[in-house]
Amino acid sequence: MVTTSFCLRGVEFANRVFAASGTFGYGDEVLDLADPSRLGGIMTKSLSWKPRDGNAPRRVVETASGMLNSIGLANIGVHAFIETKLPTLRTLRTRIVANIAASSVDEYAQVLTLLDSQEGVDAFEINVSCPNVKEGGLNFGTNVDRTREITRRLRPLTQRPLIVKLTPNVTHISEFARAVEAEGADAVSLINTLVGMAVDIRTGRPKLSTVTGGLSGPAIKPVALAKVYEVAKAVKIPIFGIGGIMSAEDAVEFLMVGASAVEIGTLNYIDPAAGGRIAEGIAAFAAEKGLSDVGQLVGSLKADLSASILQSWL
Amino acid sequence: MSRAQVQGVVVARARVAEGIHRLTLKCPEVASSMRAGQFVNVRVRDDGWDPLLRRPFSVSRVDGDRIDLVFNVVGVGTKAMSSYEPGRSVDLLGPLGKPFAVDADFETALLVGGGLGVAPLPALTDELRRRGKSAITFLGARSRSQLYREHLFELHVATDDGSEGHHGTVVDLLSVYLGEHTVPSPMIFACGPTPMLRALGAFAKERSIPCELSLEGEMACGIGLCQGCPVERVGGAKRYALVCTEGPTFRAGEVIV
Repeated sequence: MVTTSFCLRGVEFANRVFAASGTFGYGDEVLDLADPSRLGGIMTKSLSWKPRDGNAPRRVVETASGMLNSIGLANIGVHAFIETKLPTLRTLRTRIVANIAASSVDEYAQVLTLLDSQEGVDAFEINVSCPNVKEGGLNFGTNVDRTREITRRLRPLTQRPLIVKLTPNVTHISEFARAVEAEGADAVSLINTLVGMAVDIRTGRPKLSTVTGGLSGPAIKPVALAKVYEVAKAVKIPIFGIGGIMSAEDAVEFLMVGASAVEIGTLNYIDPAAGGRIAEGIAAFAAEKGLSDVGQLVGSLKADLSASILQSWL
Repeated sequence: MSRAQVQGVVVARARVAEGIHRLTLKCPEVASSMRAGQFVNVRVRDDGWDPLLRRPFSVSRVDGDRIDLVFNVVGVGTKAMSSYEPGRSVDLLGPLGKPFAVDADFETALLVGGGLGVAPLPALTDELRRRGKSAITFLGARSRSQLYREHLFELHVATDDGSEGHHGTVVDLLSVYLGEHTVPSPMIFACGPTPMLRALGAFAKERSIPCELSLEGEMACGIGLCQGCPVERVGGAKRYALVCTEGPTFRAGEVIV
């Protein structure tokens, strides 16, 4: 048997595969289609203090091997989450990571403090990197001082694991990872979506109502891998790798470049049960390699470049 | 009405009108539980990620353990589907969404379809007949060659070019019909392009006829996860409803089409 579990700040997760925020609802929407106990955990849809309507349609556009979204953090608000969602989530045999988005440092603190007083929230993921809202979002995530300030403010407010989700829409993502590590974050997750756009040439207008949106899906996997690789060299805290993972093989790539865990995002829209299969596929890969723990794959990338390139090309 | 991720098998593919294809799939899980107005989300190919997202289609008709999907080729997804061969396995999520309100309080259903909006009407006709309710069908198309008219009841046709039936819109046709006939306790059920639905919603309101519209939405998932398919509500605390889980059928006047 290969060990699949891992620990973060004393919290044990059954495996290293999570559902990415915004791609698995609040965790209770698809219980008929996917068994959450096969996942290490679920990152909830971003929660804000008050409910948010989200952006006007059109909110999603398919692109080459990817999609653009501009949802605008539509969510029911933290109070409704606690009243209507958390009771069900407490009964699930998986970990619940509450993702928080806010438009001020105070709001982040308010939402986190309220959730921290609840049973059933196992960890926090702080979204400082949504590209689709006017206030907060990228204003925070692309400014290293603001990112540091948010982490500094939130760290003392909880004893539960604190994960900060970073945006790739900056020059050096590792600078942001170092900043949050220095403030006591337990982990970073990356990447959030890449800013992108698409044009309807028949109407001459942008396809998304907000003009630009966030690109996700297999199209961004090479970018995500390079960002995880960069951050893995810069910090010691664990990394949750995110970006276009569609298979166990994709997930193993992220582990090899230095991610301790992965989040499945866009794939949930197409195949909501895929996360569980990917977790099992990773374990099978590790077993095949004669490893006793999936964790042995983390950062196992070899420095010497061999001649295997041609074979994989053909 | 329980939804599931299942494999359908292509039984037949036919070109049923100009540019319109009908795919018949053997899919007992969906066939046994689906109701008129619901849809399936089709994974177009299983050997790659382009196109990436599933494509939603109303189930057009159920026959035993088989379902029909009716579509025209508008992009890469439908192009791929238009060359599916019998025996091919197709990954489906379904049945999804809220069905037509066939049990609402009415005696005569006025079915209105514009273009490919005819798709869910055969299934709706079958369900109405099983309930002993009568149905009168009004179909609009650009031209006679683009009419798909199988398994429909008491059919009236409008074409933009006048090649068959009423020369004009299907909403005009309905208006003319109701001017000449007395229909006991009617309710309109409609599917079609947005301008048609908008005009029909206004017509229904003016005549005080209850009316349910089936909307399209650009959705990444079809199962309430992505929040990608909002439609604006009229009043209420929430500004938007999701077409995939709260629709695709809505009462006219409940949402802004």
